[in-house]
Amino acid sequence: MNKSEEHPYELVVGLEVHTQLTTQSKAFSSDATEYGAAPNTQVSAISLGHPGTLPMLNRQVVDDAIRLGLALNCRIRERNEFARKNYFYADLPKGYQITQHTTPIATEGYMDLRQSDGQMFRLRITRIHMEEDAGKSMHDQDAYDSLIDLNRCGVPLLEIVTEPDIRSAAQAGQYLTELRRLLRYLEICDGNMEEGSMRCDANISVRRKGDVQLGTKVEVKNMNSIRHVQRAIEHEFVRQVAMIESRQAISSETRSFDAGRGNTFALRSKEQANDYRYFPEPDLQPVIVSEDWKTMIRANMPPLPADLLHDFTSRCGLNEYDAGVLTESREIALYYNNIITNTRHYKAAANWVMGPVKSWLNAHALSMKDFPLSAACMALLTELVEDGGISHTAAVQKLFPALVSQPSEDPAELANRMGLQQVQDPDELLRLAREVLQAWPDKVAAYRSGKKGMIGLFMGELMKKSGGKADPKMAAKLLEGLLDA
Amino acid sequence: MSAYHQLSDLQRALKADELCCVDMVQAFLKRIRERPEINAFLEVYDEEAIERAAWLDAEHVAGRWYPLSGMVMALKDNIAYKGHRFSASSKILEGFESLFSATATQRLFDAGAIFIGRVNCDEFAMGSSNENSAFGPVLNPLDSQRVPGGSSGGSAAAVAAGFCHAALGSDTGGSIRQPSAYCGVVGLKPTYGRISRHGLIAFGSSFDQIGPITHSLEDAALLTEIMAGADDYDGTCSRRPASECRMPTEPKGNGRLKLVVLEDLEDSGGLDPQMFEAYQNLLVRLKAEGHQIITRSLPELKYSIPTYYILATAEASSNLSRYSGVHYGYRNPDATTLEETYKKSRTEAFGKEVRRRIMLGTFVLSEAYYDAYYSKGQKVRRLLRDKSYALLEGADALLLPTTTGAAFRFGEKSDDPLQMYKEDMFTVLANLNGFPAVSVPFALNRERLPLGIQLMGRPWEEGQLLRMAAILHPHRAVSTPLDA
Repeated sequence: MNKSEEHPYELVVGLEVHTQLTTQSKAFSSDATEYGAAPNTQVSAISLGHPGTLPMLNRQVVDDAIRLGLALNCRIRERNEFARKNYFYADLPKGYQITQHTTPIATEGYMDLRQSDGQMFRLRITRIHMEEDAGKSMHDQDAYDSLIDLNRCGVPLLEIVTEPDIRSAAQAGQYLTELRRLLRYLEICDGNMEEGSMRCDANISVRRKGDVQLGTKVEVKNMNSIRHVQRAIEHEFVRQVAMIESRQAISSETRSFDAGRGNTFALRSKEQANDYRYFPEPDLQPVIVSEDWKTMIRANMPPLPADLLHDFTSRCGLNEYDAGVLTESREIALYYNNIITNTRHYKAAANWVMGPVKSWLNAHALSMKDFPLSAACMALLTELVEDGGISHTAAVQKLFPALVSQPSEDPAELANRMGLQQVQDPDELLRLAREVLQAWPDKVAAYRSGKKGMIGLFMGELMKKSGGKADPKMAAKLLEGLLDA
Repeated sequence: MSAYHQLSDLQRALKADELCCVDMVQAFLKRIRERPEINAFLEVYDEEAIERAAWLDAEHVAGRWYPLSGMVMALKDNIAYKGHRFSASSKILEGFESLFSATATQRLFDAGAIFIGRVNCDEFAMGSSNENSAFGPVLNPLDSQRVPGGSSGGSAAAVAAGFCHAALGSDTGGSIRQPSAYCGVVGLKPTYGRISRHGLIAFGSSFDQIGPITHSLEDAALLTEIMAGADDYDGTCSRRPASECRMPTEPKGNGRLKLVVLEDLEDSGGLDPQMFEAYQNLLVRLKAEGHQIITRSLPELKYSIPTYYILATAEASSNLSRYSGVHYGYRNPDATTLEETYKKSRTEAFGKEVRRRIMLGTFVLSEAYYDAYYSKGQKVRRLLRDKSYALLEGADALLLPTTTGAAFRFGEKSDDPLQMYKEDMFTVLANLNGFPAVSVPFALNRERLPLGIQLMGRPWEEGQLLRMAAILHPHRAVSTPLDA
């Protein structure tokens, strides 16, 4: 439920997300970018800002920016310039950050989100630009000194800025969830907010419902999960409304979120803000993004969650819920997508993935990429059950665990060896059915006088006689045929 | 050691076994020791140079020759040489050793050059007299009362004094050409992007170029060709073929050139009367030799100095931010906070002129003044580049004095920064438009001090430019009395 709906005030939020790209090397040098390496080991003279070093652009960064830009329906700029943002800090050895200022690579995009009430909501994307990360300062590791780790220095970032279209914490959460999923599908960022590879700042203001003018905005930083972003927004809404109600002016400032207390506190006012003295980076030539370049990126674009969701519902006939579960993670969606290139039993395949496969992964604390069975094998397994080769129960309880430990086996052959194949021979089944009915004449009479529920007893007896291998559909049909004759 | 003119002569003598590299290096070292007051060298690589010379001699005996076999060179103190100190003549880089070699350094080394030492310059290449070095001024070897020019004063003085065969300089607003003119040697600023800036301490990134200071145009061409060409460490370095720097054997158009001169020269600088006279005589001689002198006007030239000082200081203010006292170089020992570390280290370790330019550059980039200064400066720069192409339309090169006169005396301009900035009057155009320009000594004044003339050609035509410049000093031997 949107709190502000019955509230006289309206919340207005725009988000700025920084995503660390998972490129092999840094944005402007060949230094490695691996997370968690020992401090100051992934640094060359370039990352250290030594005299005489120059940046060289990693083209992968531009590829990734174009990919995300296209996925967010943006216009891609042809002539991209880099700029220097100048400020002094100990984790910024050059004294400036290379970024894009007036010429962001992507602009005017949007993301469509389905709200919890089922309504679609379009969030406009203002811009995406490329830049480099700074190093890391640690002020609480040593009693006397601040420690500086420059491994992160120069790691490529994309900054994604939205219009102030967000009206609730829930929408902010939805956007971030969706954006993170998109980044993972595109394989450009792991979207890990705890490790800081995805960071979010929120520009938050409130205004009276119906007002056209925006209220004074406050920028909130240091929220390291989507939940924290939502909590910070909720807190700010309450705080700012209370201030307005008590006729206090809201000051334009940067605030920090305190996860422990669930509130925010002022870091600095915007008047104290740095003059970053932006100017065009003279060490890098402008990057020209040609039509060919864009076409190449488009051609190699992986399937996106929205496309797969649409495909799973419209072509495969899955319901929205199932399709949503399957597209939650890129690996699962692609795995399912691979299964259904090999079988037309879409719903059954979906049940396999959402049921036994996910349970197995959860039980073993593994992710999809570690799952031993190939999509082709899962398709065979699905077909085997759907065609009546073995029962669903036998498949789930016996064959599936056996296959997982012998992933190279053919499902049908293994089922055969394990003696799991169903009895589908009509003569054999007819013989068993007759035996059961002969053994229970009074129950047969009861059935014929209207107690149709007796069929369960006959089925149970028949299964017992077949050692659990009778094809239940066929058996039921035969029993009914004999009883109703 | 006989007068040195060009490497090809020297290599003939080496091949004829008339001399060897070790003897040559010893002779240079002796000369350097004999004139310590010149203060050209911040560090002499004596043992290392002798070792290298011995190695080369052995190579030569074994029949292995290198393009630069025999060439002894000095490096300006803002060009990196792996494992060696470099400081841009600033206290702020106290004790700093480079982890890598500049691309230019590496290519020269690979081609067989012997480095004899690193030479003094104005701090961070900011200055026109070498008076801004944290390690004291360099004296002009032709007249110790006078400046050698700057910022590559040590480079030009070392070549002129016969301390080495050639030196590398860097030119942001005239820093190769002006000292070359004052010391009577040849100085080339190649086209912007011709030589990688990787390993050059940045001053004005969109202006800076490494270039050679030599006794001859031939050596300038050879060294430029060796240093030129695409580099994986500098994205602004051109992929154009280095062979464009080679001097063609045949001069253009039967050797009869069309040279542009500026009609408003007098308004813009005020030439020293002796320079004016020498310049007029040169024009008379050139005409007599059948060259065509075309007078054109470039009234915008007067904007070149303010434009240059706005844009170059803006870039410098950012480029010099890394010298913060935090990661390397000088750090004030008493500072207790980060801000104090910045303020104290930078205030103490940067010289006055460097501080002035950082402040100027910070000002022109500040939000409130960006449009009035930096943006406008960029527009004027584009205009000047367009005008430069128009100026050379249908002609071969622009002929300009390198400076308004001969080397001035110490202290003469050091109290007035604007007077000093005007030293760049005729040289900054080639940095603003990125065109190649060479200064050659073309006359001596009555005090027997050399005067320099400058030829600016079209981009990427260094070979042609140097070939054309041969008409400006037709007697081959450069006029340094020491070397004659």
